[in-house]
Amino acid sequence: MSKRPLKEVLCEKMIELMAKDERVVMVESDLSRSNGTLEVRSHFPDRVFDCGIAEANMVSVAAGLASQGFIPFTTTFTAFSTRRVCDQITLSVSYAKNPVKLIGTDAGLTGELNGGTHISVEDIAVIRGIPGMVIVDVVDEAQLKQVLEDAVLYDGPMYIRMSRKMVEDVYDDSYEFDLFTADLLKEGKDVTVLASGIELPIAKCAVEELAEEGIDAELIGVHTIKPLDAETVLASVAKTRCAVTCENANVVGGLGSAVAETLVRHDPVPVEMIGIPDRFCEVGLLPWLLEQNHMTKDDIKEAVRKVIARK
Amino acid sequence: MDRERKEFLEKEAKRIRYLTVDCIGSLGEGHIGGSLSIADVLAVLYNGVMNVDPENPKMEGRDQLVCSKGHAGPAVYATLASRGFFPEEWLHTLNQPHTLLPSHCDKNRTPGVDMTTGSLGQGISVAMGMAAGQKLKGSEGRVYVILGDGESQEGQVWEAIMFANQYHLDNLTVLLDYNKQQIDGTVDEVVTLGDPKERYAAFGFDVQEVDGHDVEAIENALLAAKEVVGKPQLIVLHTVKGKGVSIVQNAAFNHYMTFTKEQVSSMLAELSE
Repeated sequence: MSKRPLKEVLCEKMIELMAKDERVVMVESDLSRSNGTLEVRSHFPDRVFDCGIAEANMVSVAAGLASQGFIPFTTTFTAFSTRRVCDQITLSVSYAKNPVKLIGTDAGLTGELNGGTHISVEDIAVIRGIPGMVIVDVVDEAQLKQVLEDAVLYDGPMYIRMSRKMVEDVYDDSYEFDLFTADLLKEGKDVTVLASGIELPIAKCAVEELAEEGIDAELIGVHTIKPLDAETVLASVAKTRCAVTCENANVVGGLGSAVAETLVRHDPVPVEMIGIPDRFCEVGLLPWLLEQNHMTKDDIKEAVRKVIARK
Repeated sequence: MDRERKEFLEKEAKRIRYLTVDCIGSLGEGHIGGSLSIADVLAVLYNGVMNVDPENPKMEGRDQLVCSKGHAGPAVYATLASRGFFPEEWLHTLNQPHTLLPSHCDKNRTPGVDMTTGSLGQGISVAMGMAAGQKLKGSEGRVYVILGDGESQEGQVWEAIMFANQYHLDNLTVLLDYNKQQIDGTVDEVVTLGDPKERYAAFGFDVQEVDGHDVEAIENALLAAKEVVGKPQLIVLHTVKGKGVSIVQNAAFNHYMTFTKEQVSSMLAELSE
């Protein structure tokens, strides 16, 4: 388990980035307290704009700031960072080339006790359909810090989804991150396991236990879902001849879809997909929600056995 | 305003109408009504009120225009061409393959267009970020927004004007093209704006109301708006959709019209008188 919730990391890192680069600004919509970023405005009172509960305006104001040379970060829950502002992201951000960095917290099942209204199963699918968007699903503290640094450097619009709570750490401070390259965590020859966000530590456990069964899985952390690092995916399945994708989002339109789209074009091999099975979620805590949606370590192990049998 | 300047601005407005008709006429169809209604305010803005440089369209610290009713692109293009931002011949490329003049305003294509618009309600909201950004930079640059009256039915418009008040965006002026017509009927028949002056005043704006086809009244209002401190400003422009071209002005529906070559010639002749 992580030392602290990711929202604390987000706040600390934003203060650091804003101190380093005066172009970085934040545009909020009355969830700074929930997302941990309330403290930022005490450091930079003129560079945080709270739009109130008005997400469409938040995204468009951020687009306007971007057009004047600023690097705006918006924060709200994933639901209100994507589906609620889909048109604003499409036209005023991506089409108009106003490079806003949209941060969505409470990604997927980590919405937990806010329940089905807030667990936005569709966020990745919604944003993937918009040309020009980069989508990152963050797993832990070390990765979040590097994603935010790269978000300042990358001159384009991004959607960054994350938990705001305690998470399982995968990486440490020695982590070398590249925005457009997936992370090869463990080499293997029998199956390629591709995982993003909070599913990565779960997949890591599954891969370790599969080794005890004699299954040698290759584990790849896919932080950037769009554009997908097709080169790494294709190089891996060229060796393993099958893949399992694991994501904390609807399997329709997310990581599984992105991987399948790549494979059917270049190297069609069997794929099994772990993720929210195209359904709305109930209210509940994460362990129970993972079970309900067949996204546990055991579900991943079963998917691996199944996909190997399909080879 | 002296008589010479008034005549000059009226001539510029007529020229913008001529070029707008020429632009849409080259294609034979387009958003003509709402383009003609804003010709006068555009003439005033781009001939002395706004600090812009046709030789340097992205000049730092310039004044910027957001045509939030993005479908009025042809009027904006006519104005920019008339001021020399690009050759007038470009107006004949409206909506042609690879054109730099698409139906709706696009800042990444057209020299002098400051913001991409087309999904109603968003332009005014983006303008808030532009104005806030100019203030943060310590720039003197102002932001002008041309807002449709029907467009004001979008909820995002009211999110934006609450923001303008909260952040005291006195470098932002909203120009409401109150032509009182929208696609499905009059604004009052569809969903009324009531008295926009009262509504904006209640939202903390400095408000003025003028005849949107009187260049002198428009210029006086714009100059007065520049002097307002601590408040964003609204100028209600009482306009006529299709103003200045009989076939359009008298049409029962003139939001988007199709024209024969003969009609285009007749409209251009009317504007040449």
